Amino acid sequence: MSHDTSRRELLKGAAAVVTLAPGLTLIAAEAGARAPGTAASPANRWGLLIDTTKCDEGCTACVDACKAEMGLGGHDRPLTDAQYIRKVTVTDPKSGHTHSLPVMCQHCANPPCVDVCPTGASMKRADGIVLVDRHICIGCRYCMMACPYKARSFAHEDQSGQKEHNPRGKGCVEACTLCAHRVDAGGQPACVEACAATGNAAMLFGDLNDPSSEIARRVAREATTRIRADLGVDPAVRYQGI
Amino acid sequence: MKGLVLSALMGIAALAAVLVGPGPAAAGDLSPAIPQAKGTQCVEDTQVMRRNHMDFLKHQRDDTLRKGIRGAKHSLKDCVTCHVQTGTDGHPIPVNAEGQFCQSCHSYAAVSIDCFQCHATVPGAAKSASAR
Repeated sequence: MSHDTSRRELLKGAAAVVTLAPGLTLIAAEAGARAPGTAASPANRWGLLIDTTKCDEGCTACVDACKAEMGLGGHDRPLTDAQYIRKVTVTDPKSGHTHSLPVMCQHCANPPCVDVCPTGASMKRADGIVLVDRHICIGCRYCMMACPYKARSFAHEDQSGQKEHNPRGKGCVEACTLCAHRVDAGGQPACVEACAATGNAAMLFGDLNDPSSEIARRVAREATTRIRADLGVDPAVRYQGI
Repeated sequence: MKGLVLSALMGIAALAAVLVGPGPAAAGDLSPAIPQAKGTQCVEDTQVMRRNHMDFLKHQRDDTLRKGIRGAKHSLKDCVTCHVQTGTDGHPIPVNAEGQFCQSCHSYAAVSIDCFQCHATVPGAAKSASAR
């Protein structure tokens, strides 16, 4: 575990409960949570670093965790069922070398989905998280066509049993939210947590704008790539090993 | 949502006429029977909520989704948490089920609720007693 993460865990443990008097305790908000009433800040740029050399082809911990977290039930129709994250296997045709990687919304700085949206439903939050405002999405699916990463899904059916942090319904486009509800509360995306807990710890989440964060330090120090970097959309998801 | 606001405007006159008086419905009173909430005090005065809850919700949804502002008081999640009833099987009953908090008043005013096509009808991780 990195020095930075250890320090954060320690601070969380120490600051979580403050004893004011015997029998009276004050439970502080989780470290890193944005204060209630404050807006997402452009000072942050949330991103992911995924080490594909650690990612195992047979492992679907991130995909399963995402479905559970976001309440994505399917109809056993892989072509149209909602998927916010999927595992892709790529093969080098010359060498035959194969490896597997998760692909989700890349939370582009210049998102094509936002450019093409006719209603303004497709939007980028100040901290770089790209979302669909389903209140005003008309389900035209231009964004799905525009996305170079095939990251968005369309809800074709009436939905029930939604999670309270991920409202979703028929006729709207949807995609990975980078678990904005968890990030706002100081947490990590569900896929990253699951990858560390039951997968191969191939995913790292953090603030690319914070030079002291582990992700920013690794991105500055190590070689990383972005899928279709030639498109100039500046994704917040970086990969190693592809 | 547009439909909801429009129908809400049409229904508001009927609501205002009948729902002004607090207290339980007397015999012969046609006003809806509204289940009691868990809390003692709503985030706004009852009359203000009856007239303006849709505007509060609409304003806050944009702040939350588009700006990322969390923790404000006009939260649909908090409405559901406080107003949900628990069924005899111990599971919460969806707030948009027949006779429940949201539905009782909305069916009286003939206003459809679009919120729950997408939003959860029971609080937190709770499983609903029946499908939406």
